[in-house]
Amino acid sequence: MTGLQACLLLSSLLFAIGLAGALTRRNAILVLIGIELMLNAANINFIAFWHYGPSTTHITGIMFAIFSISVAAAEAAVGLAIIVAAYRHSHTIDLDSMNSLKG
Amino acid sequence: MSISFLIIAVLIVGGTAAAMSLRNPIHCVLTLSITFAGIAALFLQLGAEFVGLTQIMVYVGAVAILAVFAIMMTQSRRGLMLGTFSRNALVGLLTAVAVFSVLGWAVLSQPAAGVTRAVSPVSVQQIGSSLMHEYVLPLELIGLLLTAALIGAIVIAMDRKEDAE
Repeated sequence: MTGLQACLLLSSLLFAIGLAGALTRRNAILVLIGIELMLNAANINFIAFWHYGPSTTHITGIMFAIFSISVAAAEAAVGLAIIVAAYRHSHTIDLDSMNSLKG
Repeated sequence: MSISFLIIAVLIVGGTAAAMSLRNPIHCVLTLSITFAGIAALFLQLGAEFVGLTQIMVYVGAVAILAVFAIMMTQSRRGLMLGTFSRNALVGLLTAVAVFSVLGWAVLSQPAAGVTRAVSPVSVQQIGSSLMHEYVLPLELIGLLLTAALIGAIVIAMDRKEDAE
């Protein structure tokens, strides 16, 4: 197994654990954290492909990772604000009991 | 694969697994910051120093703290969460296992690619000058996005007293 494959396997494991958390947790904040972990797995891929890529003088991989981190930070801020607003509305962040839109 | 990569991988995977399975949300965020620090160490090992330090500042310094604040603000009066996992957790777990199987199969079935060579270090000056020349439009867009997210987060989370009356 080469270094690139090891990095890709690590990031896919991180993605899968984040996906499992986002799909199975009841706490809305931990679901958001699972989504953050999936975004981090994508960042690992950017940096791994940049590191093992043909040329490190082009810093496109680094730039993509930096912009991706910024977008993830904005997403976390807005997501947590939505969760706080939903808690103020329904007094719970338990996703199983947030079912008022259910038909 | 070096020993340091194995240590970092164990840190990342262990921290993530703990963050997604512990019962107390505060403990989850604590183990999550271990994961973020491990990812930053991986970036440093791969030669992306600036991204690693940005990772520590943004994720450990801002996102984890924000998550702790959100957990404390939404602490329910009837104690902690009723249950840790959702009713249909098995389906989600199976989906994640299937996704990992497909991704792992795709990674391992490819012929070994990637060249291993000495990495020329990327200086912060190089990153800064290309942010100001080549990537100036994305930089402006990110600034706009962050401003919109800042205003949007405040507006969404604001307690509207006049609406409640």
